[in-house]
Amino acid sequence: MTDEAQDRIRNAVESTDVLLFMKGTPLFPQCGFSSRAVAILDRLGVNYQTVDVLQDAAIRQGIKQFSDWPTIPQLYVKGEFVGGSDIMMEMYEAGELETLLAEKGVAREG
Amino acid sequence: MAMAAEDISRLIREGIPDAVVEITDLAGDGDHYAARVTSARFRGLPRVRQHQLVYDALGGRMGGVLHALQLTTIIADQP
Repeated sequence: MTDEAQDRIRNAVESTDVLLFMKGTPLFPQCGFSSRAVAILDRLGVNYQTVDVLQDAAIRQGIKQFSDWPTIPQLYVKGEFVGGSDIMMEMYEAGELETLLAEKGVAREG
Repeated sequence: MAMAAEDISRLIREGIPDAVVEITDLAGDGDHYAARVTSARFRGLPRVRQHQLVYDALGGRMGGVLHALQLTTIIADQP
């Protein structure tokens, strides 16, 4: 892993309000956990961007060290690591994800 | 690669001695598990830190030999 990958990850999470590192794309997720994460964000009606780690080996390895988190998907909101798909689901069901997005001032789709 | 449910449970309990661990083999294939881990050590920690304690106990296997582990952490009542 290179510092260059860490820099790219840092730039990405800091320049994007809601960023999901996932396997595949929202239309074609390549893993059940990533699919679940996308479904939660879609349900919340939030604008988000994704990074397909399958397209970039340096990011795929680097994000695990960046977050100190061993698995994909990983959700970042306003530069802060929120968690993986289990935490997203727990927070969504408890209404906490919605609260977090509101507190962080993230724009929602109508 | 896969791990046996007993091994997952044992590793978690070695890392978090008071943990109560329930493992469910979701697909019956020894490769897709759900774990419910209850411990007093989770108290006061954000969810990310709770999960990281479990991942630390699994010593780097998570995301490697242990590909699919759905994790739920529960804060135990204080003894």
